[in-house]
Amino acid sequence: MAERPEDLNLPNAVITRIIKEALPDGVNVSKEARRAISQAASVFVLYATSCANNFAMKAKRKTLNAGDVMSAMEEMEFERFLQPLREALEAYKKGQKGKKEASEQKRKDKEKNSTDENDKSRDEEDEHMDDEQEGENEGEEEDVEN
Amino acid sequence: MSAKNMEKVEQATNRKNISLPMSRVRLIMKSSPDVSCINQDALFLTTKATELFVQHLALSSYKNGSGKETNTLSYSDLANAAEESETFQFLTDILPKKILAREYLKSLEEMEKDADNL
Repeated sequence: MAERPEDLNLPNAVITRIIKEALPDGVNVSKEARRAISQAASVFVLYATSCANNFAMKAKRKTLNAGDVMSAMEEMEFERFLQPLREALEAYKKGQKGKKEASEQKRKDKEKNSTDENDKSRDEEDEHMDDEQEGENEGEEEDVEN
Repeated sequence: MSAKNMEKVEQATNRKNISLPMSRVRLIMKSSPDVSCINQDALFLTTKATELFVQHLALSSYKNGSGKETNTLSYSDLANAAEESETFQFLTDILPKKILAREYLKSLEEMEKDADNL
């Protein structure tokens, strides 16, 4: 797969928002600083991935897992991230479980309906699918590959 | 986007508790050599950690920098943080300190002089 250079950058709008939320109210951020932070973030991902991958390889695993990332954070001296990361992961896993159950329930409900209603709900589902693609389909993608 | 759709997107974001797109983070991770598979939780953690990192870098650089007087976070604040802080050392290559052109030319001249003397 060909990678264009811009694909390895993170979206500027999101980076800017995160920066603004971290700084005290009213503080400005120069355009150059914003760009630099965005690049630093990409480098951080690479560094963290490489570090985490070392732990996975040491354990003779081909798949990078959560533990590897946590070990990488310690190795990189970002212990301050460990607790918030643990909490975020808990919330994320709960959310994923809820979503899975919800979509399974939807599927079960659909099976109960008649064909006429199926046409109607199929249209509705297409609408839902577009929204869910923001987040959910990414998850499904990962499962298939792993 | 209708109100209902907005709510759905918000819910999805809140449940994940992150703003950066995991798909993009995954792209970057995959560009790393020797990486084959990435578990979903690992991808989430890396994305979240990157957000925490952005906050940490921005705030630390601002606190230590001269930005407090100008009320602006500037590039030099970041470059200084990379040089002075151990945790941000890995960024020194991409956040080099800027020097004045004349200083650079001066050091170039001195290098040429040394080369001549060899």
